[in-house]
Amino acid sequence: MIRTIASKELRILFSSPLAWVVLAFLQIVSAWIFLARLQAYLEVQTQMSADPNMPGATESIITPVFGTAAIFMMMVVPLLSMRLIAEERRNQTLVFLISAPVSILQIVLGKLLAIVTFLAIPVGLIALMGVALLTGGMIDFGLLAANTLGLLLMCATFAAIGLYLSCVTAQPIVAAVGTYALLLLLWLINIATSDPNSVMHLLSIVRHFESFAKGVLSPMDAAYYLVLILLFTGLSVRRLEGDRVRA
Amino acid sequence: MSEVPSAAVERRDLTSSGSTGVEVTVRAQDLSRNYGDKRAVRDVDLELRRGEVLGLLGPNGAGKTTTMQMLTGNLAPTTGSIDICGVDLLERPTDAKARIGYLPETPPLYRELKVDEFLQLAARLHRVPKARIAVAVADAKRKCGLSDAGGRMIATLSKGYQQRVGIAQAIIHEPDVVILDEPTIGLDPNQIREIRDLIRDLGGKHSVILSTHILPEVEAICDRVQIMYQGSIVYNDSIEALRRSRKAQTLLLGLRRAPSLESIKAVPGVSGVELGNDGLLRVLHAQDQEPTDALVKAAVEKSWGLYHLTREHASLEDVFVQLTQGKDRPVISASTQEAA
Repeated sequence: MIRTIASKELRILFSSPLAWVVLAFLQIVSAWIFLARLQAYLEVQTQMSADPNMPGATESIITPVFGTAAIFMMMVVPLLSMRLIAEERRNQTLVFLISAPVSILQIVLGKLLAIVTFLAIPVGLIALMGVALLTGGMIDFGLLAANTLGLLLMCATFAAIGLYLSCVTAQPIVAAVGTYALLLLLWLINIATSDPNSVMHLLSIVRHFESFAKGVLSPMDAAYYLVLILLFTGLSVRRLEGDRVRA
Repeated sequence: MSEVPSAAVERRDLTSSGSTGVEVTVRAQDLSRNYGDKRAVRDVDLELRRGEVLGLLGPNGAGKTTTMQMLTGNLAPTTGSIDICGVDLLERPTDAKARIGYLPETPPLYRELKVDEFLQLAARLHRVPKARIAVAVADAKRKCGLSDAGGRMIATLSKGYQQRVGIAQAIIHEPDVVILDEPTIGLDPNQIREIRDLIRDLGGKHSVILSTHILPEVEAICDRVQIMYQGSIVYNDSIEALRRSRKAQTLLLGLRRAPSLESIKAVPGVSGVELGNDGLLRVLHAQDQEPTDALVKAAVEKSWGLYHLTREHASLEDVFVQLTQGKDRPVISASTQEAA
């Protein structure tokens, strides 16, 4: 049932130009950055080829590409997630799902799965850019995998937050703006403090990406994303269940 | 199993769930629903048997939609219980919902999908086995007159066709209970007739609850009627009984050369005459003696220039007035069986 809902969601997503524009946008910008980093690396390489401590190609090209991709994802995910529930509510199609013999949890998970599957496409394509470096030499697959996993987890977190805000309103735009606000807050929360042990670092969504960017698979950081995903999925279910009582 | 003689009415598929007699498919008791302080539905009892078409009749805002939303699990009742084919809707919502097909007031259609895609989705969500999906989609399309529309985008369909798609998604899994909220609203007369025929056909095998605020619609397709007024059921009886209860005791009479009101009143059977504001005379008579013959005879003999003579049909409002007037308790239940 979750897969049925997800596939319906993807079908509708791909029937709008938005999905294609988003994919094209992400692809063009990350390719641009990839090429720029590659060029910079090649220039430095000729000067520093004697230095044994020179950073590897993966580290100096792929890591920055993933870092900027994370920012683009923050810009793009709210646009994709805003319609998930809000538009169904506005078009009065939510009744179709609620009347069907599926649970609210299945509906919510199906929708989340759809967005994550969609975002896996650009993430996968960015990872493929890294693999393309194989034509010029060896790459650090571990680092590439950690970056890919980190970005995917981050995307899923963005999507869960966007999904919840889409549950709160019947206006997709309101959902998008709300998601931007919340994501920016989580992104920037730690700039308010100079204390390196502050709780704000614990909440920061970028901080937890750093270990993945370095190629470290830290269970704590993965747990942070998973907790946020679970939290906002749970809140979405609660919100939709509550609709039947409140209405 | 088969104590009830099958000759009574030809009913198919009655044996499917192994119950004796005519199976009750929906039983709702003491349903109430508050919106804040306002009570939209109060103490509604509702029972539906297999093969039956039940009309939920009432003016706009009477609580019909709220009741249907509760019956389909879209709205939690404030109090009361709902039982769908023996499954408690509030305790086991997904199992109960699998037996229901629901068409809300606005058909819930994904405009971006093609008719076939949408119906396949509906079939999958309603647990139609994979191998049967193609057959189920074709069946539903045929029943709803959509066979040639499968490849079209829902967004490009006319209102009437969209309504048919809405009905098709409600019956695609052959549910025990079909719930239709104002299924003919916004359709042209031909479409209305087609949809009514379709609903009548559904009645035999499934059981149908349908809401409307149009009295003749209920008379045309329903076996039984429950009238809602201000959130309560004020009437619950067979359609025959409703017909009798709204039988007019007034004739509308149009005369080109109308004599004095007294000379019309002198016609046998006439108990009173009023001049209506549309130029027609409203002739009152006792319930069992309609003075139509006498009036025609008198009009011809005295050359009154008769051009119009009809029975005045009670409007929905009149029925409500009749039903609610001077009653302490608003509920009038079945008591007119003997006159059948």
